[in-house]
Amino acid sequence: MKNVSITPTKQPIIPSIKKETIKRLLKKGERIDGRSLDSYRSINILLNPIPKAEGSALVKIGNTMVMTGVKLEIGTPYSDRPNEGILQVHAEFVPLASPTFEPGPPDEDAIEVARVIDRSLREPRAIKLEDLVLIPGKKVWLIFNDLYLLDYDGNVVDAGMLSTILALNMAKIPYVNITSEENITIDRSTRIKPLPLNLNVVTVTIGIFEEDLIVDPCLEEELVLDSKITFAIDEYNRIVGLQRTGMKGIKTALFEKAMELALSKGRELHELLRKVLNNPENYIKRNLVIEF
Amino acid sequence: MEKPVLIREDGLRRDGRRPDELRPIHIEVGVLKNADGSAIVEYGKTKVIAATYGPREIYPKHLVLPDRALIRCRYHMAPFSTSEHKSPAPSRREIELSKVIREALESVVFTELFPRTTIDIFIEVLQADGGTRTAGLTAASLALADAGIPMRDLVAGVAVGKIDGVLVLDIDEIEDEYGEADMPIGYAASIDEIVLLQLNGVLTPDEMKEAIKLAKKGAEQIYKLMKEALHRKYLRVLES
Amino acid sequence: MKMKILVADRQIVRPGDVLAIIEDEFFDKIVHDPSKHIYMYGNRVYSDVVGTVNIVDDSLNVIPLEGTYFPKQGDLVIGTISAIGITNWVVDIRAPYKAILNGSELIEGFNPIIHNLRDYLNIGDYILAKIAVFDRTRDPVLTVKGKDLGKITEGVIIEVKPSRVPRIIGRKGSMLNILTTMTNCQITVAQNGVLWIRCPDNDRLNALIKAIKTIEEKPHVRGLTEEVRIILMKELGLGV
Repeated sequence: MKNVSITPTKQPIIPSIKKETIKRLLKKGERIDGRSLDSYRSINILLNPIPKAEGSALVKIGNTMVMTGVKLEIGTPYSDRPNEGILQVHAEFVPLASPTFEPGPPDEDAIEVARVIDRSLREPRAIKLEDLVLIPGKKVWLIFNDLYLLDYDGNVVDAGMLSTILALNMAKIPYVNITSEENITIDRSTRIKPLPLNLNVVTVTIGIFEEDLIVDPCLEEELVLDSKITFAIDEYNRIVGLQRTGMKGIKTALFEKAMELALSKGRELHELLRKVLNNPENYIKRNLVIEF
Repeated sequence: MEKPVLIREDGLRRDGRRPDELRPIHIEVGVLKNADGSAIVEYGKTKVIAATYGPREIYPKHLVLPDRALIRCRYHMAPFSTSEHKSPAPSRREIELSKVIREALESVVFTELFPRTTIDIFIEVLQADGGTRTAGLTAASLALADAGIPMRDLVAGVAVGKIDGVLVLDIDEIEDEYGEADMPIGYAASIDEIVLLQLNGVLTPDEMKEAIKLAKKGAEQIYKLMKEALHRKYLRVLES
Repeated sequence: MKMKILVADRQIVRPGDVLAIIEDEFFDKIVHDPSKHIYMYGNRVYSDVVGTVNIVDDSLNVIPLEGTYFPKQGDLVIGTISAIGITNWVVDIRAPYKAILNGSELIEGFNPIIHNLRDYLNIGDYILAKIAVFDRTRDPVLTVKGKDLGKITEGVIIEVKPSRVPRIIGRKGSMLNILTTMTNCQITVAQNGVLWIRCPDNDRLNALIKAIKTIEEKPHVRGLTEEVRIILMKELGLGV
């Protein structure tokens, strides 16, 4: 059954009184946690919490917490792209994160999140994969980008994307010793250069409830929403990925409104990224402290 | 790689520790919102997070025990936790460690209070540098306490190793890889019971006795830090 | 049992902490008193949980600071309907067991062929109920026969940690008394940590919620009743 898409998937039952409260507040332009409709929850960032990984970042959006680790290995390129490195994005919704998660291989939600993030990086060529070739056609760098959802309170994609792009920015390529095609060794104690990137990408998830749009829905809100749209936006304000989810359709006019809202929030997130990456040392701590 | 010198001429270890010295230890309790109990434990560069849920209903139902709670435990390593990328699928090693950690905790939890329920324990190794099972056990025991589950005692985990012929406390990855023995233990200090005990390597009976003594000494120090961390969670509130 | 108490009233203790030395008895096996959250072993009394010490005259117990709700016969609970069968509703009462509410509880002359339970209570509805039967071997059975019991259709529901219920009520009901008289709100405190609140207006409701959140965060603080009184005066604009 694990590989079958089932609708609806297992979700917590939200009491009808609470549901009504959320809906009533949204109609008044308010939200249960006191935010305005167009604001994110507080965003907290820890850079390189896992020094053993080539790059890593922990991001909390409200109570949703995602850790991303980037590992680099040497592999064989795909035959149709012999002169490019390989990017693999995986997401694990580990059972620590929610009473509704179970141990086991990633389910459809985790796979969807990973694939949305993967596409949003791949299509705008966020990573200079062509610069990750060790022996043309034979050996290239393999980027394992693993997302770990540690605490679940909705909007995993935006937190996952933010931690992914930060981890990729922090990632450093280790020194390699190439004596022959068969004899390549990685010296992880020496890291020589940053992972080459072309641009940064963020995602903005907009929740849709009737005619209203909300930014960054929390879990309880997600359970009453009609649908959601995730916009991937690069630093040049282009839309580089899109995913609509949920069981109700959306009118074109409302979609366009959602897009404008997402673009303006995307600029805010890129601003945040610049602030963090200009002074990364402010976001590095000795211990893994996740109480911000 | 050639075997590095593990005990230097001055009698100290590669990282400058004395043979009976722990790595710097960092503990935080109650770090996750959804979980009933949670803790982060760091032994040097080893970083582990544990969470518990329960007692709660069991699915599938055929696992129900009529007279006590079922404890389930998953020790798991994040793909980015090791030097080389690790497949997220559980290995035989992870399955065995899950079992020995579970049994260590079963021996202190009053499971008979919660018949027909389950207590789930999830341990995620975020960065591995030796001693992940013992740090995991420490974290899991704290997560259970943080969840308010009645138990006889907390359990502190620590490993003793033999490197270059010397018994040392709390070995790291290099010491484990190139040493002669690795003996992880779980120790409930207040009631003086050993609840986890394994040996990977070779020790004489006399060394074994000495190793247990050393391990208990280390575990008692960790145990003290665990109690402080549980206390600190509530002091934090007082300060705010 | 004569004992020398080693801890102070309201002190925070953890599993395995020694609370007292027993002077006139020796226990060669563990004797557990789960309702007091203590156990006796050797000549010592230990805590089995993270909690605060409660000393009344010569006897002592530990009041847990954490923990899920465990049902007891006679408890008042607030639950949500989570499933509907032919003859009964299944109710989530935040316990490790699903509770059962039989159709006959709500429908006179209940006949599963004539009556559709969904017409009376639907999934997601809140009910106020009492635990009629629970013996741990089978799931708890609820009753809604009694004053104010049944479906909750108005007001606000707030969930707190079940371990906070004794603090929200206070010694001899002192805290609850302050909460209700100062805000003029009606508060029903269910043992499973769910509060049903009906307030004359939103300002009072918000003041009350703030007071309850404070109790939830600082259950171990001395003088909490006074702190709550001051919060309410400030929030309600009564001056201090």
